[in-house]
Amino acid sequence: MSSQYPHTITTPGKVVFLSLVMCIILVCAMAIALVVGTVDVSFGHIMGIISGTLPTDDPVRLIIFKIRLPRIILAGLVGFSLSLGGIVFQAILRNPLADPFILGVSSGSACGAVLGIIFGFGFSVGIPVLSFVGALLTIYLVMSLGARRMGMESSTILLTGVIINAFFTAVIMFFISISADERLHTMLFWLYGDLSQGQYGQLAFIAPIVLVVFIWLYSLSKELNIITTGDEIALQLGVNVAATKKTALVLVSLLMGLVVAFSGLIGFVGLIVPHLARMVFRTDHRLLIPIGSLGGAIFLIAADTLARTLVSPSELPVGVVTAFMGAPFFILLLRKKGSQWSRS
Amino acid sequence: MEPILTLKNIGHSYGNQRALKGVDLNLMDGEILGILGPNGSGKSTLLKVLDGLLTPTEGEIRLRGRLFRDLNRSELARDVAMVAQENYFRFSFTALEVVLMGRYPHLKRLQFEGRRDMDVAYNALKATHALDLADRPIHELSGGERQRVLIARALAQEPKVILLDEPTSFLDLKFKREIFRLISALSRDQGLSVVLVSHDIDLVAMYCSRLVMLKKGEVYTTGEPEAVVTAENVGAVYECPVLVDKNPQTGRPRVSVV
Repeated sequence: MSSQYPHTITTPGKVVFLSLVMCIILVCAMAIALVVGTVDVSFGHIMGIISGTLPTDDPVRLIIFKIRLPRIILAGLVGFSLSLGGIVFQAILRNPLADPFILGVSSGSACGAVLGIIFGFGFSVGIPVLSFVGALLTIYLVMSLGARRMGMESSTILLTGVIINAFFTAVIMFFISISADERLHTMLFWLYGDLSQGQYGQLAFIAPIVLVVFIWLYSLSKELNIITTGDEIALQLGVNVAATKKTALVLVSLLMGLVVAFSGLIGFVGLIVPHLARMVFRTDHRLLIPIGSLGGAIFLIAADTLARTLVSPSELPVGVVTAFMGAPFFILLLRKKGSQWSRS
Repeated sequence: MEPILTLKNIGHSYGNQRALKGVDLNLMDGEILGILGPNGSGKSTLLKVLDGLLTPTEGEIRLRGRLFRDLNRSELARDVAMVAQENYFRFSFTALEVVLMGRYPHLKRLQFEGRRDMDVAYNALKATHALDLADRPIHELSGGERQRVLIARALAQEPKVILLDEPTSFLDLKFKREIFRLISALSRDQGLSVVLVSHDIDLVAMYCSRLVMLKKGEVYTTGEPEAVVTAENVGAVYECPVLVDKNPQTGRPRVSVV
């Protein structure tokens, strides 16, 4: 197709090819992350594992399969989800700075999770559900306070998000201050963002949901393209704007609730990765959604590997690493394009 | 011949606010219909009704005899296209990608554009003299270039009717002329019916074959430009004394505020 026409457009072949390239990079990143860390993994170990000659109770083998691999997969799933959520949020709000973390959706979700812990709920159902409810409520708040009256392009929505974020962070702090038991530590973890708790049981719970949400959101990619250019024109072309937005926002809430429940507040992934992906591949969501999501997985695996190794043998919360990278990036974007993204 | 759009006794109220009342209107094939009237006269409401974005509280509207309410949105979008006033380009779509969005009502969910869609998009870009813009990011284009791309997107819907809401409001004189010439060429060459809303009485009078003048939601007068754009009509509808003479070159009416 593209060979017959002088201009580049998105074709299914291009989407599949570039997604495969991203998958290969992802696998490489995972492989590197597996062997890098406080405990050295030698070439001999790797060969031993591949050939099956390394005994099953070998400590290196245990570290790789029981600790590092689930953590890396969790990082991948979380990064994938955060980036996907960012892309969809940005399209619906028509604002490249609208990341769920910046708009307070993540902290609203964390608030729900913290409440879940106080009520003594478990990680299997109760905490993720409350976390999802927290995300959904925050999205509703941001949309009704910031978006409806002032127009979604305005910086008002960012300001609304900042305020909501500050409020929910304060609520979390409040709960941490008043609870004087060992659950405190579990709660603190939400404020930093931490992937070290990754377990296979959680992964089996998260992965299918992320996959279904991804496919669902991908099926809305053409609608998202058109919605970014205006609601009226989208209606005109036959896009069911209200239903598309509602579906997408609920799906993103689900994703954020899930991610926050298992990894805490990891910021800026949904801002940096979609932005870089758009710089390279432009905005067609049929391409941007898979590429940006896979990019998010790669990014967070890399960030978490840094978090594990930078101050080895101690380690940093991954949220600290992404914030170190993300905050200057955000300011740069705001400075460069600030006026363009305020109401025009 | 049967009109393409038929409006019968259309009325619309926003709550207690009456926006349109008793509008009867036929749109014929290949004609360029200009809608004039001061702010708040119901122009935009009428355009939304014509586009099916607004279901009027009274009256009925038909596309080739079929009631609008019996058509689904995609069916309507395949026959009626709109060049809206409000457009947002915060993200880097190319002009070609924007034009291809016009193929949306012709495609199934998740179906990618095929060869025919590409041909239609290229022809639309050619018709609006925008082919050289195809690879340019839409947000970097000038007002006039962008408007040509948006008209191309409307053409890519392969409509019978194009509705334009203030198509030249942000353009300077050169681009105004260019857009109006483009619209009349499209209407002539492709047999398109055009409805346009504009504040620019002179240009509308020059390029439209028929005018409708609205006052407070009602049709004040309708007919050929010479009959509609008179000092009495414009004075009464816009509540502003004017002088109307003839453009010496085209013979069309020309309005000056006195």
